[in-house]
Amino acid sequence: MLQVSIYRYNPETDSAPYMQEFQVDTQGRDVMVLDVLHMMKEQDNGLAYRRSCREGVCGSDGMNMNGKNGLACITPLSEVVKGNKLTLRPLPGLPVIRDLVVDMGLFYQQYERIQPYLQNDEPAPAIERLQSPEDRDKLDGLYECILCACCSTSCPSFWWNPDKFVGPAGLLQSYRFLVDSRDTATRERLSELEDPFSVFRCRGIMNCVAVCPKGLNPTRAIGKIREMLLANGS
Amino acid sequence: MSNMRSLTFDAIIIGGGGAGLRAALELAKSGKKTAVLSKVFPTRSHTVSAQGGITCAIASADPNDDWRWHMYDTVKGGDYIADQDAAEYMCSEGPKAVFELEHMGLPFSRFDNGRIYQRPFGGQSKDFGAGGQAARTCAAADRTGHALLHTLYQNNLKNNTTFLNEWYAVDLVKNANGDVVGCIAMDIETGEVVHVKSKATVLATGGSGRIYASTTNALINTGDGIGMALRAGFPMQDMEMWQFHPTGIYGAGTLVTEGCRGEGGYLVNKDGERFMERYAPNAKDLAGRDVVARSMVMEILEGRGCGENGDHVYLKLDHLGEEVLGKRLPGIVELSKTFAHVDPAKEPIPVVPTCHYMMGGVPTNVHGQAIMRGEDGKDQIVNGLFACGEAACVSVHGANRLGGNSLLDLVVFGRAAGMFIEGALNEGIDYLDASESDVETAMKRITRWNESEGGETVPELKRELQAIMQNSFGVFREEENMQKGVKQLAELRGRIANAYLPDKTNAFNTARVEALELDNLMEVAEATAIAALERKESRGAHSRYDYPDRDDVNWLKHSLYFPADKSVGQRDVNFKPRTVDTFEPKVRTY
Repeated sequence: MLQVSIYRYNPETDSAPYMQEFQVDTQGRDVMVLDVLHMMKEQDNGLAYRRSCREGVCGSDGMNMNGKNGLACITPLSEVVKGNKLTLRPLPGLPVIRDLVVDMGLFYQQYERIQPYLQNDEPAPAIERLQSPEDRDKLDGLYECILCACCSTSCPSFWWNPDKFVGPAGLLQSYRFLVDSRDTATRERLSELEDPFSVFRCRGIMNCVAVCPKGLNPTRAIGKIREMLLANGS
Repeated sequence: MSNMRSLTFDAIIIGGGGAGLRAALELAKSGKKTAVLSKVFPTRSHTVSAQGGITCAIASADPNDDWRWHMYDTVKGGDYIADQDAAEYMCSEGPKAVFELEHMGLPFSRFDNGRIYQRPFGGQSKDFGAGGQAARTCAAADRTGHALLHTLYQNNLKNNTTFLNEWYAVDLVKNANGDVVGCIAMDIETGEVVHVKSKATVLATGGSGRIYASTTNALINTGDGIGMALRAGFPMQDMEMWQFHPTGIYGAGTLVTEGCRGEGGYLVNKDGERFMERYAPNAKDLAGRDVVARSMVMEILEGRGCGENGDHVYLKLDHLGEEVLGKRLPGIVELSKTFAHVDPAKEPIPVVPTCHYMMGGVPTNVHGQAIMRGEDGKDQIVNGLFACGEAACVSVHGANRLGGNSLLDLVVFGRAAGMFIEGALNEGIDYLDASESDVETAMKRITRWNESEGGETVPELKRELQAIMQNSFGVFREEENMQKGVKQLAELRGRIANAYLPDKTNAFNTARVEALELDNLMEVAEATAIAALERKESRGAHSRYDYPDRDDVNWLKHSLYFPADKSVGQRDVNFKPRTVDTFEPKVRTY
């Protein structure tokens, strides 16, 4: 029997959040944490969490498992469980709506702030815009972000200034457009980031890199943006 | 009832996947008051899981490629019940829609000359089948769906589309004339139920693979739009046609793209034999998906399956080398390691045919307008109701969809629906408002769940439904077993109508959403089962032991399922493309 301790809070019925203990029979199989949540939901219909693709590409089920952020659907028990105990909490630093469901509003706002879409002021050709394989390679490790928020919610700088520091996820996407050979808004994008908070609150702690379920490296992207800002003469 | 809040839009798009977002983009650009209502944040929609690519004759891999060849493949792949005017529209408009995506920023992989990378996929040919294998599937590595969905979401942000994220559409609202004038929806975060009024309601709710126990589909694919339309009394087309993808990971059901075989991978049985050479001597592993899936099941049934129980086969990729795998199939390497515990650079992946795609759905024309049967027995437009993407049956996929045609379908027909609705709104749409009792009718089922006081619960009923579909309506079908399945479903429907929702709280109540989804699964399952029993032939994905041959005399038709009396009728297939000659039905071999 796996011992699961899980964060519970329903604003309608609970005056305060609490940890609830569950016993889950996994029949000795090394299932994913999401499978364990399904089993618990059969015991307690009211347990709330987000899930969709169950294969690590939609980014719905980011949560804190035994102290580390990750996606429940691609995290096998063998990777996180210590001494037969599993503790599940919502992603840290964001307001809790219910149980493991957090309000992602601030996270999405920071994403929207970096204007996450291609900008090109020249008229589009009749076919595609050409891009060399080498230029396209520069987008690898950036465009794959699934907006699960595991990185930003593990970042102490984002915990302190979620309204002013763009955070690792937003900055990774910012760099994805800065480095795209088809994007012509580099100057404008950089000038939006020039203040002391948007980029420069990153202290290089690298929690983002440690938790990214897609193996991406926001810290490196942030470093590149810093270099561009400095070269831009700010 | 009268104190229920209402919201009013020109157009409401239900579903935030590829089709919904493409339709929304068109309408947002035109300045119409549009909202996308999605039960998940849009980038969590199932389009994100599409891997291999978007098939389209953009003449990149082959400068002489021709959309007519693509159309031929599509019609043949659909075993001749794809509507030829619709396939013509999709294949000829396709390049425009794909170039638009690139201009929006979609990070396609590239050839050395800077053009979009295209790979071979199943069922593709040059020169109307005479010129050998084509390479027509445009790809962003093996994450094309992710790249496409994020690009569309980003461009909707750019154009200030209104989003009602994590809202759940419960049922359609019809006025006294039977026009669709909006829907009832629930804000999942607060539990508030709202009357959404709209001149155009677009069902872009995707597929419903969760009617099967084993599926590549996301947990959210519960056929919500199909369920809503059926409860509102509208017919469904070709619901017996379900695609079983040859390569779902054994045990987990997660998808491994056909692009693996496009890049040179192949299937082997327990003897290490490349068995597809026997079933499809020319196309081999790149035959139509229905053909490959059936061949795999034959191998398994004849005792040549792999593993302890001989119940799967292997997909071999190791000969491609780590570089190709890392460059072209990085997502597959990741998924294989996570869900099959194998590194495809060293070992083969255990795979088995797995429910993947619903070819059927809401019958529509190329503008996305939903179609029903008029009293005169002819097609009649449903006022106010539209559908696009997997929820719709235009039909471009007929009895079997070709790989890479799903993403093309989404963007071409999402765009087409958006353009048509914009035009219709400009001309003026004026339907009678819904009365209080019209709204009450649409509120019935959520009220039923909210007032339930005891009975069976959702998870066990859902498991039973999925087992019935898996056992009686799988890759191979047969009369007696399907009869049994239909009977079991009828009994299950009665139990679901009396099922119990224990948690009645309002804040982010996912149990309530799952209860409402179960009703939709039930609708889709029953439509599938009854239509499958009725089609007494084998065509495309619908294979019957008792009727092993295609019957063009009686069944070169769409099936049409009518929910009111659960009867099945037929609807003519379109054989009149506008600019090319008709592709006459031929024996389908690969």
